[in-house]
Amino acid sequence: MDKHNQSNKPQDTGHEWDGIRELTNPPPRWWLISFHIGWIWCIIYFLLYPSIPLINGSNEGLLGWTQIKEFKEAVVENEAVKAPYMAKLKAMSAGEIMADAELRNFAESAAKAVYGDSCAACHGAGGEGAEGLFPVLADDDWLFGGDIDTIIETITEGRMADMPAHADMLESDQIEKLADFVVALPRGEATQEGWALFEEAGCMGCHGDNAKGGALNDDTFSGAANLTDQVWRFGGSREAVLRTIRYGVNQEDIAETRSAIMPAFGVKLTPEQIKILAIKVHAMGGGK
Amino acid sequence: MSENRQVSDSIDDLYADTLHYHVNTGGETIHAKRMPGRFRNLKWLSMSSWLLFFISPYLQWNGHQALLFDIPGRKFYLFGITIWPQDIWMLSLVLIMLAITLFGVTAVAGRLFCGYFCFQTVWTDIFTFIEDKIEGSPMQRRKLDKAPWSADKIRKKVIKHTLWILIAILTGITFAAYFTNSFELWHDYLTLSASLIAWVVLGLFIAGTYILAGFMREQVCFWLCPYARIQSVMVDKDSILPTYDYHRGEPRGKVKGGDESSKGDCIDCKVCVGVCPTGVDIREGLSEGCITCGMCIDACDSIMDRVNKPRGLIRYLSQKEMEGEKLPPLFRRPRVITYSTIFMLAVAGIIYGLATIPPIELSIVHSRQPLFMRMSDGSIQNKYTIKAVNKLETDQRVSLSVQSGSGNIRLVDEAYFRDITLKAGKLVPFSIFLLADPDTLKQENSDVRLTIQGITQPEITVTYDSVFVGPKGR
Repeated sequence: MDKHNQSNKPQDTGHEWDGIRELTNPPPRWWLISFHIGWIWCIIYFLLYPSIPLINGSNEGLLGWTQIKEFKEAVVENEAVKAPYMAKLKAMSAGEIMADAELRNFAESAAKAVYGDSCAACHGAGGEGAEGLFPVLADDDWLFGGDIDTIIETITEGRMADMPAHADMLESDQIEKLADFVVALPRGEATQEGWALFEEAGCMGCHGDNAKGGALNDDTFSGAANLTDQVWRFGGSREAVLRTIRYGVNQEDIAETRSAIMPAFGVKLTPEQIKILAIKVHAMGGGK
Repeated sequence: MSENRQVSDSIDDLYADTLHYHVNTGGETIHAKRMPGRFRNLKWLSMSSWLLFFISPYLQWNGHQALLFDIPGRKFYLFGITIWPQDIWMLSLVLIMLAITLFGVTAVAGRLFCGYFCFQTVWTDIFTFIEDKIEGSPMQRRKLDKAPWSADKIRKKVIKHTLWILIAILTGITFAAYFTNSFELWHDYLTLSASLIAWVVLGLFIAGTYILAGFMREQVCFWLCPYARIQSVMVDKDSILPTYDYHRGEPRGKVKGGDESSKGDCIDCKVCVGVCPTGVDIREGLSEGCITCGMCIDACDSIMDRVNKPRGLIRYLSQKEMEGEKLPPLFRRPRVITYSTIFMLAVAGIIYGLATIPPIELSIVHSRQPLFMRMSDGSIQNKYTIKAVNKLETDQRVSLSVQSGSGNIRLVDEAYFRDITLKAGKLVPFSIFLLADPDTLKQENSDVRLTIQGITQPEITVTYDSVFVGPKGR
């Protein structure tokens, strides 16, 4: 009647190895249940999901589920959330978008990916540029102009500045003196002699008679740098300035010339992408 | 050959223990007898605390569900308190508190949780209660299990399993109701329009409740539950557990006529075994299967009453008391002191946390790329991303300002930030710029403090300390 007192000897399979006997205790019920659930699960899973590797991919599975399908569905879902904002971005001008705090925030976030794809390689993830090579976007010094429309134009059309090489046009000591003048300008130590040379050498033609460069003198074409501020396009050391004056910018057939070409992104990006990019660039720290 | 025989004999000695050691692997369903008594009543009382589980999801508080774990929205509502992911550290304290409560209670009174409160025990008890009402006493149940299928057997089994599944469904829906609007959930389930995840949760809970409480029962306590094992090692010689008083009981045996004097009080009626929901024989001493529910105490007491012996042959008793020692008072046991200290600390932490949840959570990330920017006039600009969460249920107008210990550091576009609006229950990151004259910066890194000052609610002041980075070599 009482099973606790019934047992006499543990059941035995009759197998014995060096005194170790194999008993026939049944596995616990929970283990059996889990085991059966386990293999049933395997079969169901095998049938429902892609599980047989074939030559071109795998079988479909009864659910027709694949990771890439799920991903694409999620993308569609995400696009649906973004759609009303995107419609607004499309309809409104960049200026209007910037006036609306929420939309501006959305535009800046939405521009993150396209900025990373198209801009960050040269201008850096935070618009910090690369010294002497690629211009900084996060400061308030603009070669072609820092207002939103000019930024859109710059991205769409691209830019290519043109500064002649002066190595053959000026005497060597003139170039040295010009370099001294340019280095002294931002420190407020420029001499009258320097200004005279600046005019005589024809620098004023592009950099303006105040040396403040193109953008500040209503010239959005030449891209001539502002020489009076603390920001240097190609480096502020005397050597760097000397090189720029001697070999110019974007001069063909001159090995040492400064290269400064911004490609036109109008062919690669949509106007909306460019619009939000411009808003992001404008918000990086120095938009006008 | 004879040598082999000898080896085999000594091996038998080795296994001598297993003769008495019965391992319950669930090969046979345990049909425990239900007997009324003190501990039975206590068990009903403690089990009824689970009614709260079924009622709570429908309570309302200030226009929202009183208890709501909104996982997609990442907010937990506990009556008037809203817990954001930032406050989740309190959850760890709650878990510590619960664990320590379990440890402390176990050290004092054994597996009290297992016997009286655990959902496995409670649901199993309800399921067997139904079984008892429909299929009859344990004897009848065993007979029914062995009987060939008949109309009566089918009727009884169908009713029983239907009731079990109904309870399982109710359990599943109730659980799911904590995570979404409970009334909408009922509507969605009843109109078969619930979301996939809701169906999956319900399905898992139905299967879990039905299988665990209907079929696996004590097997869960024996082989699945980690807390059963943890609690077993937390018991010491001071813990009071249902114990068979072998001094009084042994030698056990049936009362036959006159020679009562040579026998102990145990009449070996095995009622204590018959009522045990986990099939333990309490007279064999401490058992891994004992959930300390006290059913055997009720059973034994009723028998002792009938044979005119004092109650308490099986009673809550510590091992020390069993050995004739005195039980030290609670406050002199190191375990109790340690557990209560940790418990108090956790509770204090939770109270502190709940009382000081800031209405606006501010965090500021200094832009690392670039660390700082030199502007055309030579000044230094730093960019920061502000993440201000308004945890209140109304929009808040606030002002943002900057204070710096050294250096003339100012906020760009300061006028705009004097009155900005933080949307209710939202986090919308935005950027700010700080500008400084490099000549006033005394070191590379200067401390700055950003303050959000409430305008709608002027008593709100939140500050965040950050750093302003300037050029090196100054």
